Amino acid sequence: MPPRLAKFQSLIALVLMVIAMTLMSDNFLTPDNGWNILRQISVNLCLSIGMTLIILSGGIDLSVGAILALAGAVAAGVLKNGVAIPVFDVLLQFTVFGAIVCGIGVGLVLGWFNGFVVTRFNIPPFVATLGMFSIARGMTMLWTGGFPITGLGEGFGYLGTGIFLGVPMPVWISVALVAAFVVLTRKTRFGRYLYAVGGNERASLLTGLRVNRIKVWVYTLGGGLAGVAGLLVTARLDSAQPNAGLGYELDSIAAVVIGGTSLSGGRGSVLGTVLGCLIIGVLNNGLFLLNVSPFWQQIIKGFVILAAVAIDKMNQDKP
Amino acid sequence: MSNHGDIILEAKGISKQFPGVKALDDVSLTLRRGRLTALLGENGAGKSTLMNIVAGVFPQDAGDVKLAGEVVNFSNPRQAHEAGITMIFQELNLVPNLSVAENIFLGREPLNRIGLIDAKAMNQQAAALLEKLDLAVEPTAPLGSLRVGQQQIVEIAKAISVEARVLIMDEPTSAITEHEIEVLFGIIENLKRQGVAIAYITHKFEELARIGDDAVVMRDGRLIATSPIKDLTHEAMVQMMVGREMKQRSDKARSEPGEEVLRLENVSLKHADRPGDFVLQDISLQVHRGEVIGIFGLMGAGRTELLETIFGLHPRASAGQIYVEGQPVTIHSPVDAIDYGLALAPEDRKSEGLILGMSVAENASLPSLPRLQRFGFLDQEAEGSLVGEAIERFRVKTPSQNQMIRNLSGGNQQKVILGKWLATHPKVLLLDEPTRGIDVGAKGEIYALIEELTADGLAVIVVSSELPEILALSDRIAVLCEGKQTALFDRTDANEEAIMNAALPN
Repeated sequence: MPPRLAKFQSLIALVLMVIAMTLMSDNFLTPDNGWNILRQISVNLCLSIGMTLIILSGGIDLSVGAILALAGAVAAGVLKNGVAIPVFDVLLQFTVFGAIVCGIGVGLVLGWFNGFVVTRFNIPPFVATLGMFSIARGMTMLWTGGFPITGLGEGFGYLGTGIFLGVPMPVWISVALVAAFVVLTRKTRFGRYLYAVGGNERASLLTGLRVNRIKVWVYTLGGGLAGVAGLLVTARLDSAQPNAGLGYELDSIAAVVIGGTSLSGGRGSVLGTVLGCLIIGVLNNGLFLLNVSPFWQQIIKGFVILAAVAIDKMNQDKP
Repeated sequence: MSNHGDIILEAKGISKQFPGVKALDDVSLTLRRGRLTALLGENGAGKSTLMNIVAGVFPQDAGDVKLAGEVVNFSNPRQAHEAGITMIFQELNLVPNLSVAENIFLGREPLNRIGLIDAKAMNQQAAALLEKLDLAVEPTAPLGSLRVGQQQIVEIAKAISVEARVLIMDEPTSAITEHEIEVLFGIIENLKRQGVAIAYITHKFEELARIGDDAVVMRDGRLIATSPIKDLTHEAMVQMMVGREMKQRSDKARSEPGEEVLRLENVSLKHADRPGDFVLQDISLQVHRGEVIGIFGLMGAGRTELLETIFGLHPRASAGQIYVEGQPVTIHSPVDAIDYGLALAPEDRKSEGLILGMSVAENASLPSLPRLQRFGFLDQEAEGSLVGEAIERFRVKTPSQNQMIRNLSGGNQQKVILGKWLATHPKVLLLDEPTRGIDVGAKGEIYALIEELTADGLAVIVVSSELPEILALSDRIAVLCEGKQTALFDRTDANEEAIMNAALPN
């Protein structure tokens, strides 16, 4: 592939897939289905923006799915039941806004803890976030007692099912986040540092960057975005499922990788990840419309990931 | 039956291009049975590259290597090894956590009947080899507990433990003592008698008269001359190696050194693996404005570690006091060091100095970004002009600011690093091997830039393993040997011999 085209390989793949699906199914290229796909990918998009930052910085986060579940459960729990403080014998009630803050807050705190463990104890991110995966899953079970928290009311449900100016709320939210993080990564000092740390951590350190502080921020943001994703999932279903987000970390890593971000850090972009999410979304949706069995869907998705990375590598290795 | 003097290895028309530099250009080499061929040339002349090609470390772009008349194309050092070509590398290729014997027999350990490693046989064979080399260490001692010079002998033991037809030695005497050199020369004589062809890279002419037969002189990747050593005078060899007058620093440009900017008092660094042992011990040094301090030492002397310690990279293991402009300071990290006006250009540009996936501009502006913001966003105009100034001042040859840094030559990359630091207005610049892997022309430019910077009042500490470089640049020269400061020369009293004597362990 000529180098100029190689830059757009994910875009080309996406267009080819859309054409193929359109030819194979009458139901694919319709406005309704289009919104459908965008809504379906909005959760993965939130997770994947954070995952992009983390992978750009040279790390990985296996805990985002678990953080998503806990954030959703905490938001749902405080909204529905409030928080009882036995010592003062009071029950704190939360508004929808309060619940949202709690959900995102949980994500930020757990993300921060990831960053703290990675930098303070020099534990490889793979292991540190694997630990967090288990911690957050356990906390979710503890918080929910293993039962879904349902009946959260219309106000909260609007986040997942509402339509504003003809566009579903989850799409608004994820697009706004994409815009914010595109600007953050491309136009700010923090964005530049992110690429520098991921590109060469030692050189960044020797250039006087506060490498650890940057990494802590990256994991914190990743956790916060997982919190947002948790709110979207919970609001959409009007229910916080204790097992929500199982395996989502893998989907988001897949989206980041398909979008051309290097797992070794320092190379890639948020916009590439958007394409990666779209490719996975179109694939899932199209295969569903074509009545392909979910088992085959998984197998096909696996091969798409391998192909994306293989093509990327081949383009890279050429001088 | 082959005789002494028969050609064993013949390389013809070898060329090799590295990014940004032509390392070898149509070079030919012949190695003969029982003869030692010395490869002479300055650092960067292409000697090591040529030997690496012969030993299968990387492939040539053009040309053929023939071993005993047959064209060979080794795809890795192991194949070359099996064909009888053994190389002793300049950098030690040993595993510190394994024992001496395990290192010597790595990959071809003697096995017992059921296929497990026969440690007893291995240690016995290793002990015999060590005795031959007169090295008094236990075969079971962990390699990491040996001095660097001793480790180099182990590397030699490893090489001669297999029957080699061709033995390549890349500066084997750079870190070993006089006695160890004597023993090594004895071994070399022996190997020559047995008919081994030896290629020997060295900077020490006095060795040649004793062990050398033929000389090959290289310069800037080209072959300059091939001749029996007895037909060459010392002066002729230097002339061919350098091919130009050594540029002397103009003395009129140098002014009296200004006030003190940096002072080290008893700076020490503990060894990471050996408790109670020191990498650096009680180093004291004063650096003045406009002054260049040269730091010389052999491999393992602690040169790089000294710069790293000053720069705050070993906050927990280091001791002693550092003063900046007379004030005692504590430097816990590079961030602190930079705040106090220090800047470090590390030895390995690619792995420590640059972010290869970024452009020239992004690399050059990296430490200055806090000053290049407007309303929380990067001010691209300000960044462009800062980078533009750096490119102009340091005469960086690049098609644009947005060129990827990896596409620049080593010299231009180094200039970008200098430019990146100068934009932060440092007081002391720490340069670790500033011209490693840089071709001769660019070297001169880097020297000129260093001179310009000191004329503006900047203090510079240069670490180099090249004596001519140290002598050309420095106002004063501190010599390190095994972590201790063994001498401090004024520019006027310094000469190669005195410095080398101070650098060699007793």
